[in-house]
Amino acid sequence: MTLQGYIDSAIAPRADRWDCEERIPRQVLSDLAGLGVLGAHVSIAQGGGGRPVVEWGEALEAVGEASMSLLSVLTIHAMSSYALARWGEAEAQQEWLPSLTSGAKLGGFCLTEPTIGCDAKSVTTRLEEAGDSWRVTGTKRWTSAAELVDVFLVFGQTDQGPTAVLVPRETPGVTVTPISGVLGFRGARACELTFKDVVVPKRWTIGPQGMGFSYVASSTLDVGRFCIACGSTGLIRACVRASVDYARQRKQFGVPLSEHQLIQALIADMTTSYKAANALWRQAAKAREELLPSSIMETTTAKYFASTAASRAANDAVQIHGANGCGPDYPVQRYFRDARITELIEGSNQMQQVMIAQDALNAFATRRRR
Amino acid sequence: MTQSDARSKVRAFLEKFIRDQDFEDGDNVFALGLVNSLMAMQLVLFLEKEFGVKFTNQDLNLKNFRSVDAMVELLGARGIFAAA
Repeated sequence: MTLQGYIDSAIAPRADRWDCEERIPRQVLSDLAGLGVLGAHVSIAQGGGGRPVVEWGEALEAVGEASMSLLSVLTIHAMSSYALARWGEAEAQQEWLPSLTSGAKLGGFCLTEPTIGCDAKSVTTRLEEAGDSWRVTGTKRWTSAAELVDVFLVFGQTDQGPTAVLVPRETPGVTVTPISGVLGFRGARACELTFKDVVVPKRWTIGPQGMGFSYVASSTLDVGRFCIACGSTGLIRACVRASVDYARQRKQFGVPLSEHQLIQALIADMTTSYKAANALWRQAAKAREELLPSSIMETTTAKYFASTAASRAANDAVQIHGANGCGPDYPVQRYFRDARITELIEGSNQMQQVMIAQDALNAFATRRRR
Repeated sequence: MTQSDARSKVRAFLEKFIRDQDFEDGDNVFALGLVNSLMAMQLVLFLEKEFGVKFTNQDLNLKNFRSVDAMVELLGARGIFAAA
């Protein structure tokens, strides 16, 4: 079966139910692993699929169109497995990477805390040295799909600064508490995690000690932003499809909504947004494929645009559906709730704006060096 | 690849981000506030791509990336310069 065939038969028809039940069956991740989605971004040399970035992006967009909850699970898995593949020492890679790239195990991402969001380098979770181990103590919040995850990439403070380490969910001292009733991404139920004297070996440290923010979090969030850019583009496409279908069949004043020009204006705007978002993530994918330094800003721009446009498109899709758009019979209310989350995660859109502006203030400045 | 070639390339890359201020090869561009927090990753991507090296975690101390001189020294330690 192709990925699109699986999405059409097993994901899209169930996405609303997962949203209501606040859970995604683990089997879905296993099925996607069988289709090569979970290891696509890791090189063949490291046991992954080594797929071209643009091909991976197309898969993410297709999943995002059907279920942003599922897309978010793929995102945290990609972030944690990327971090291990890029920054992990050989021993940690040998222990964890095969099961993550095959999809036998699912990776998660633990950065946000009850009092720490965008100011990631100020995390308060402690990593204290205990011989050849770290003793992890602290609380993480809004951790996506933690009940499904097998191993978390956890960021904490050491005497040398922020540092990342792998922590399996089943380690004694780890407590996972689900948070119900979140606005969006409900299928990937967010959780609060507490770590109480959790002991993990130092060989599971990811990246240089003290460089957990500058390199590990920074590059991992960059991967996450690429996933969200692609997924949000899929969400815009879902809004266009739902709106077109509804506008063509729903009649008011004796004619289909699609014949009302103000409805056409909304459809025109979301269609334009879809094409622009798609072009931006493809531009980012090309830069990522070539490992260009510009890939970071291309990705940031793509994420900022796609998530903002997804919110606007979902808002318009609900508007086109009227009261029906607010009820359970149409998916646009889920799109609306999910779209809002895309503007907050992997760095809020205000953080993206700051980065884009700082880059522009250099890139577009008239050179005045003496 | 000579040390001088490498120095020119590293400097040219930094100048894309520091357009209206002078800086010396020994200046700490992080301490002077000339670049933002994304620069660490961009420098790693640039140096690995441009010079065909793969840095280890031990190489990634920010001290190795804080100035043109430091980056040229790091590249030299990774043996990318042809013997004179």
